[in-house]
Amino acid sequence: MARGLGKSYRIATSGRSHDRLTEALVARAKDPFHRREFETFEALHDMSFDIPWGEAVGIVGRNGAGKSTLLKILTRITAPTTGRVELGGRVGSLLEVGTGFHPELTGRENIFLNGSLLGMGRSEIRRRFDDIVRFSGIEKFLETPVKRFSSGMYVRLAFAVAAHLETEILAIDEVLAVGDAEFQRKSLDKMRDVAKDGRAVLYVSHQMQTVTALCTSAMFIDRGRLVQTGSVDDVMTAYRDSFDDWRARQVEAKHRPGTGEIRLERVDTTEVRDPVDDTVVTFAVGANPEIVGKYFVSCHIVDHQGAVVAQCDSRLVSQWFDPSEPRSGELRIKNLWLKPGTYTIDAFVCQNGVFDGWRGAAAFEVLPHLPYPDLVMDEGVELGAVFADFDYEAW
Amino acid sequence: MSAPRIVITPPGRLNIPRWREVWEAREIFYRFGIRDVVLRYRQTAIGIAWVVLQPLVTAGIFAIVFGRVAGLPTGGVPYLLFAFAGTTAWTVFSGVLTRAAPSLVANQALVSKVFFPRVVVPLSTSLSVMLDFCVSLVMLGVLLVVYGVNPGWALLGLPLWTVCAVTFGSGLGLAASAVMVKYRDVTYVLPWLVQVLMYATPVAYSLDAVPANLSWLFAANPLTWLMECFRWSMLGTPAPPLWQIAGLIAVSALALAGGLLVFQQREREFADVI
Repeated sequence: MARGLGKSYRIATSGRSHDRLTEALVARAKDPFHRREFETFEALHDMSFDIPWGEAVGIVGRNGAGKSTLLKILTRITAPTTGRVELGGRVGSLLEVGTGFHPELTGRENIFLNGSLLGMGRSEIRRRFDDIVRFSGIEKFLETPVKRFSSGMYVRLAFAVAAHLETEILAIDEVLAVGDAEFQRKSLDKMRDVAKDGRAVLYVSHQMQTVTALCTSAMFIDRGRLVQTGSVDDVMTAYRDSFDDWRARQVEAKHRPGTGEIRLERVDTTEVRDPVDDTVVTFAVGANPEIVGKYFVSCHIVDHQGAVVAQCDSRLVSQWFDPSEPRSGELRIKNLWLKPGTYTIDAFVCQNGVFDGWRGAAAFEVLPHLPYPDLVMDEGVELGAVFADFDYEAW
Repeated sequence: MSAPRIVITPPGRLNIPRWREVWEAREIFYRFGIRDVVLRYRQTAIGIAWVVLQPLVTAGIFAIVFGRVAGLPTGGVPYLLFAFAGTTAWTVFSGVLTRAAPSLVANQALVSKVFFPRVVVPLSTSLSVMLDFCVSLVMLGVLLVVYGVNPGWALLGLPLWTVCAVTFGSGLGLAASAVMVKYRDVTYVLPWLVQVLMYATPVAYSLDAVPANLSWLFAANPLTWLMECFRWSMLGTPAPPLWQIAGLIAVSALALAGGLLVFQQREREFADVI
């Protein structure tokens, strides 16, 4: 369906871009023949792929790889710079749940407004109205302005409208992270049905789990290029491997984001540990006497799916660091019982902006030991993001 | 699947709207219009009465300032009626223009997240303006009866002038809304410009008040033609010359075509710039 698709943004390198009409006019008057020089940034580069009917395709890639840009082009929100796309039908998009909802309008009015925005005709919305309401479970509040809805109700209603779209192609950008477990299951089922109907689903995510659960094939995008397409398992393996490569690159400070005025030199942690052990991270930061004021450090514990489990910002415990000489320090997280698996640590050094952002600065493995006195079957421990230190009493 | 094929290509130089898509988006047009109307009068105590109250008070002030203090002539029409008809007609043009212009920026969440023909956004604002206009017309009817003025057959021209005012306003509004996506200056310039235009156009005074050596300037203003046509149909004042009527229709059509052209040229970059 897509051939040689590309999208580049022009980033001005000479002079400023003119946000005000007067500025643009004055600049033009001063120097009428001046050609602005641009550096082109290629968000997508020469992509070609076909998506057959009945296929649910997961699009994975790291932040900034171009996943969302690709989806925006396919849903025609923005135009490609080169190439050509042929779509075999209407595209319904679920780019962000609830866009087009207006807080002052009632549930009923919003269903009609949102439905029409997503491309449904009036008769189509009327026909599906009852289904939508039933799916969302807000029957009682149809005449209430949605500003008085709880956030859960709001999301459920928004998703319900979008899920009942009858477009041939459905594009989804990580909306499953919302709602309770029951609703997420309902939504996943709904999306599987769409693919079973012989329509096509495009699902963008960096959560591997939902891609594996939902999709029949996958695409891996890295820095605007299509790296691999194929079965979900193959693509997932490639995606995971790329993480290791990428982490190796991050060790060199010049590959890392941030202004670089001050850099992290070392981030370490115990590589193998038990769930009940304290998480201890030691780090060393270089010096830069020219920086005015103190800086802070923030370490994030990230699980293998890319979800941040804990954010430990030194400002929260009023710890600031003096940039005039090299520093080292230790972060100790107590009573955080991580579940077995591999985790990485993202470390940041910031003041007003980010000096250094080192993702995947260290990694560790939590051994599959249960921190509880008794053993149960898997279903007793498989839910929950972390283990909790809890107790029961019978009265 | 028997669905229509959609082809996406990089934008060409002249980006003509796909009319079929615009037509399919008529439901959005309607829903946006409803939303504007509903939102404006929800959680207000007197609701739709504001529609009548605003032009009435404006006309009253004009009646005092221009009619009494300045003593400008109205060609024999009672001043309150004259000013009310003038502001009602003017509001169609200025209302469409001033509401269409900020509409894209106001809906930026939609523009950057959902695809639909963008033209629908500024155009749909005319729905709420038309509703206001209809309410004002009823009020005008009451005033006509009270003052015993009968516009006669000229009344039949009213729908045509209304269409002209809406297309004229929409054309400028389309262009303004597209430019505003990149240059927010329009937000500040436009209300001021509309106000200047209102004083430069015989809205609150009649052409009789214009000194003879300046009358060419007024005759060259298409908005003067618009106001003269409206007053002819609303108050039964003498008909404007035929060239002004033809000119009005031509200028309105040109404004709409030009506005569409400016709008479409910038449309594909809206989501990236807004």
